[in-house]
Amino acid sequence: MTPVLVAEFDSAERFVAAVKAFVDEGRPPLDGLMPFHIPEVGEMLAGGRRTSIRPIMAAAGFGMAAFGFALQWFSATIAYPIDSGGRPLNSWPVFLLAPFEVGVLAAAIAGFVAVLVGCGLPRLHHPLFAYPGVERATQDRFFLLMAGAATDEADEETRKSLFARGAISIGASEA
Amino acid sequence: MTSSVLATDRIVRGPDPPLLPRDATDAWITEEVADILLEPRRWRLWWIAIAPAAILSGLTFAAIGLVLSRGIGVLGNNTPVVWGFPIANYVWWIGIGNAGTLISALLLLTRQPWRAAINRFAEAMTLFAVSIAGLFPIIHLGRPQYFYWLAPYPNTMTLWPQWRSALVWDFWAIVSYLLFSIIFWYTGLIPDLATLRDRAKSRRARRIYGAFALGWRGSAHHWRRLDTFYLTAAALAVPLVCSVHSIVGLDFAASLMPGWQETIFPPYFVVGAMYSGFALVVILVALIRWGFGLQAMLTMKHFEAMARILLASSLIMTLSYASEWFSGWYGGHAADRDEIAFSFTGAYSPLFLSQLFGNCLLPQALWFPAVRRSQAALIVISLGILVGMWFERILIIWNTLSHSFLPSMDHLFTPTLVDWALLFAPLGFFTFLFLIFLRLVPAISMHEMRRLRREELGS
Repeated sequence: MTPVLVAEFDSAERFVAAVKAFVDEGRPPLDGLMPFHIPEVGEMLAGGRRTSIRPIMAAAGFGMAAFGFALQWFSATIAYPIDSGGRPLNSWPVFLLAPFEVGVLAAAIAGFVAVLVGCGLPRLHHPLFAYPGVERATQDRFFLLMAGAATDEADEETRKSLFARGAISIGASEA
Repeated sequence: MTSSVLATDRIVRGPDPPLLPRDATDAWITEEVADILLEPRRWRLWWIAIAPAAILSGLTFAAIGLVLSRGIGVLGNNTPVVWGFPIANYVWWIGIGNAGTLISALLLLTRQPWRAAINRFAEAMTLFAVSIAGLFPIIHLGRPQYFYWLAPYPNTMTLWPQWRSALVWDFWAIVSYLLFSIIFWYTGLIPDLATLRDRAKSRRARRIYGAFALGWRGSAHHWRRLDTFYLTAAALAVPLVCSVHSIVGLDFAASLMPGWQETIFPPYFVVGAMYSGFALVVILVALIRWGFGLQAMLTMKHFEAMARILLASSLIMTLSYASEWFSGWYGGHAADRDEIAFSFTGAYSPLFLSQLFGNCLLPQALWFPAVRRSQAALIVISLGILVGMWFERILIIWNTLSHSFLPSMDHLFTPTLVDWALLFAPLGFFTFLFLIFLRLVPAISMHEMRRLRREELGS
């Protein structure tokens, strides 16, 4: 648990501008709580790092599709070969249908799990939930989390710049 | 034509007026959508609606129970009409089911701003319709207790599924699509469940919504991951939906029967699915708008946009029918030509003409802007499409099977009481599930409406 300063904003534009200002100053905020996705905030806070969700989805999808095809090929040609009207045992064109379906499903399941693992969810208790007023982060308010500084003076400086950038209240919590 | 919301028009005419009221705030959006759920006294009408729906749900399961216990002899199926109402119902319901995710994903990828207000219940419609659709092939199996033989599992008989069978394709398509749709729908729902958790007044509601919200706190890092996944899943959803209904089309097209063995079937089934699904969305939008008093969020612009899609789909359907007739005639096979002649002049021709009226003729009224802006007219047209599309599904089966290669085999289909129950009662079951959905989760995606508000109006 690290101590953080929590600044509340009532305007998305002032919130985005504050994030940008801190990032430009070279001390990016730890996180922001927002009632809807603001892509530019996510990009700025990520600092150019990409998530691995899409590669994971691709790997799971293609992997599952390949497994599905291999299973059909094995069962139709080796484990249980049936000559059905002289059709080739390896009827690969129709063997492509089910692998496509299960491949897409596997990609979706893997992506969803990757989101949860990446976010550290489910996590029903978090110190931030105890912060007064934070329930409005899922409704109409924006919260900026700044790393707490080593000294009170440095904290005071951060508070001043947060207020100057439009924060309507500031408090301390842990994250 | 001042309030068009389609992207192509925006290029020509410049920016559209916003979909949301100019004084809309994030707090207003949250209150309008969430507070209905948290105030029990506003639900009197809901109780009146759910009672008949519950009765019809009971009837659905009674009819299914009868088929399972007595066997498929209680249905009107005969030889040569070995497929009947269950397969037509299956194709109709899965068509409705395909539209929800297709609408949601396609409109997300094409950045249609009016999607935000309708995607949540269009996806819910998908879940319930696909669940109902999945029941029909199972009850239509001669020995439904062995339906799990469709899956490859280690067994003492050392048997494997017949992968060349359309039934096996259907199984994988339905299972994959249903599970995918649940994941897609739930992903979009998580932030809204957190909103409900944070607004709930009772401890029980807070706990239940809190558990399903998985501890969502709106972190920017989490939003970024969720959005990446949601967009990627949408990109996968479009080909998935097309493949699912294509597979349903292949159930027919992979056979050798006149009127079925046509390469146009897969795309023609996909368009038909989107067509009937959009028609049902129009009706659901009208009902939710009226029932919840959401006129400020579900506007006439939404209806106009959907009306245009219905019109475009109707033209594609008409073209598909015409190409079917043309290729039947041009191919020169007597059985194909007979089948088309039988459609127009045979025993089922009144239904066939009603199908053409509902799917091809009636929607042409949507060329007139006044019709596109009239809710009553849109509902009538949508009902006409839904009925017309069901006629299409049943006639694909009847026209071909009642009148095939051997004239001595010709035999008509007479529905039984159980057939009628399996046709109408699931509509009540669908209504039942949909009403439960409306009571428990926000019918409109609040976080996407807030995002839309920022994009349209700024802070």
